[in-house]
Amino acid sequence: MSIFKYASPSTFYPLAGKMAPWFAVIAAILGAAGLYLGLFRAPVDFQQGEVYRIIFIHVPTAWMAMLIYVIMAVYGVMALTFNTRLSSMMIEALAPTGVMFTVLALWTGALWGRPTWGTYWAWDARMTSTLILLFLYIGYMALVNAMDDKKRADKAGALLVIVGSANVPIIYFSVKWWNTLHQGYSVAASGSSMDASMRMPMLLMTFACWAYAIAIALWRVRAIILEREKEAAWVANLHGSASLKTSGVRA
Amino acid sequence: MTEPSLQAKNLTLTRGGRLLFANLDFSIARGEALVLRGANGSGKTSLLRVLAGLTMADDGVISWDDAPWKSASSVRRANVLYLGHANALKDELTAAENLADGLGFDGMTISAENQHRALERVGLMARRDLPARRLSQGQKRRIGLARLLLTQKPLWLLDEPTNALDADGVALFTDIVDEHLARGGMACIATHLTMQIHAPVRELNLAESA
Amino acid sequence: MANVAISPENGVLLAFRRDLRLAVRSKGEVIQAMVFFVMVVSLFPLAVGAESALLKRIAPGVMWVAALLSVLLTLPRIFANDYADGTLEQLAISPYPMAVIVAGKMLAHWFTTGLPLAIVAPVLGLQFGLGAHELGVIVLSLMLGTPVLSMIGAVGAALTLGVRGGSILTALLVLPLYIPVLIFGAGAAEASMAGIDYTANLSLLGAGLLLGALASPLAVAAAVKIALD
Repeated sequence: MSIFKYASPSTFYPLAGKMAPWFAVIAAILGAAGLYLGLFRAPVDFQQGEVYRIIFIHVPTAWMAMLIYVIMAVYGVMALTFNTRLSSMMIEALAPTGVMFTVLALWTGALWGRPTWGTYWAWDARMTSTLILLFLYIGYMALVNAMDDKKRADKAGALLVIVGSANVPIIYFSVKWWNTLHQGYSVAASGSSMDASMRMPMLLMTFACWAYAIAIALWRVRAIILEREKEAAWVANLHGSASLKTSGVRA
Repeated sequence: MTEPSLQAKNLTLTRGGRLLFANLDFSIARGEALVLRGANGSGKTSLLRVLAGLTMADDGVISWDDAPWKSASSVRRANVLYLGHANALKDELTAAENLADGLGFDGMTISAENQHRALERVGLMARRDLPARRLSQGQKRRIGLARLLLTQKPLWLLDEPTNALDADGVALFTDIVDEHLARGGMACIATHLTMQIHAPVRELNLAESA
Repeated sequence: MANVAISPENGVLLAFRRDLRLAVRSKGEVIQAMVFFVMVVSLFPLAVGAESALLKRIAPGVMWVAALLSVLLTLPRIFANDYADGTLEQLAISPYPMAVIVAGKMLAHWFTTGLPLAIVAPVLGLQFGLGAHELGVIVLSLMLGTPVLSMIGAVGAALTLGVRGGSILTALLVLPLYIPVLIFGAGAAEASMAGIDYTANLSLLGAGLLLGALASPLAVAAAVKIALD
């Protein structure tokens, strides 16, 4: 019961409001440190030169793109098994951030690919998988937006991300399979023996992305809660003047 | 006749941000009918769907012989017959095939003579081999009546069952419900008509509950 | 009047027989999907030229993409009519579990889409200059892969029931999930043409089929219930 207390939108709303700024500050500090170390302190790569530094953004965003979808699926399982509205709201709040990271990963991948492979887009297994991941995000958002009935949109969206995430490993495997069959570009993780001076900024950037995603998701879920619960008494009580509205509804 | 068989406590349902009914309590005993009244959009159909297990109520408990009913429990599915607004008929299939399929999904097979007897009574015998697309609205509704004649399920949930029926059809429907109640069956009927049912009838007005 | 045992087999059979009978009564739809498949495949030589080496090379991919699109177009047939005329509600409260009924419906869908496509595929393959061996592999890959398309498609079709812009939305949801089937299916024929071992591809399709047969009825049943609630 004590855990489920926070599953109620009315108790989570103020909690999210308190936590979000902290994560935003953490994201800013870690991001600044990571970028400084990555762009100015890490040594120049002897093969790729300065351009390799884009991996300090590319790799963490690609990880986040994948991770956020998995987290959405976890919320999906919670939404369908415990029937908690907040879980569905979290899925909805996370999706745009997931899309943003996926687009960033693809974009930085293309920018990196141009000088290294000589082309913006190669049908590399990982880039192709990331593109498909973007399609999965778009499918979720399209489905939820097409439904006027929010209750149904919540459940349908939850089921879709669960089905989608069950397929993600299969998709990754199949794309890798396809890639070896066609012997396209395969890029070994650059720097298989990554120097500590490169590992540190990578780690910082990853945590910065985490903190950013949490902060934004919390802020967005607050907006979603307000929008969905605008008729509820506790929302009206947030601003004392609005109490007139509820007395009319409940009478 | 004393123990209420279906009991609903505290039923509450919101649809599309609108409260349809709140804290609704009622029961239906064996041999008894409950008639749902209320203006269009007052939630009659939604209440029937909640009882059928199609819609989840926001709050409240429905119990059957004092045991709570889960939305998809097999006991519930074995005992409930629901006739909705739509006829659930396939235009491509004949009247007889539609009837057999409807009962088939209820877990029944019927002999040809029983089927004929039912179709005869609802006045569809001559049209039994016509595809449903060639039947009038009232005749389609009568296939539903034939299903009521043949089913063995005790609880009937009927949504505007007399829609599109002529005077004869309404009389026939009333007879069928009466026979069902006399056998100890139960019915929950959403309708605007006043029906001449002989068995005990209770009324529930949804407009007042919200 | 008799009560039938509420066994899973009976439920699958009941739903399967009924959907099959409906498909037979309205033959048009089944034939249309096949004609669509033939037409899409026939467009490719017109678009890329009739050079036989190129056509032969792209044939497995073309046929698989065309099969995928044909199946996609027929997805609304699984549930849309039942949803509109109230049948789906009746099925949902039937004593047979929903998962069993949707399994029968998916099987019927495959019988009236994937199976006919696999049967006409060899004729089209001849137009692309494929040999008997490669044709056999394509037919086999379609036989194993198209049921998975019906299963994944049924989830998408159920999720989008009654939603505006339903069919294009279904495509958006379903196409990314179709990718593994496409890769392994088209890959099998390509491998056989290249003289590489293609059995791994077919085994993976078979594994997908088993996995789908286990998981999809539950997912589809859940999606249908969400759509009806």
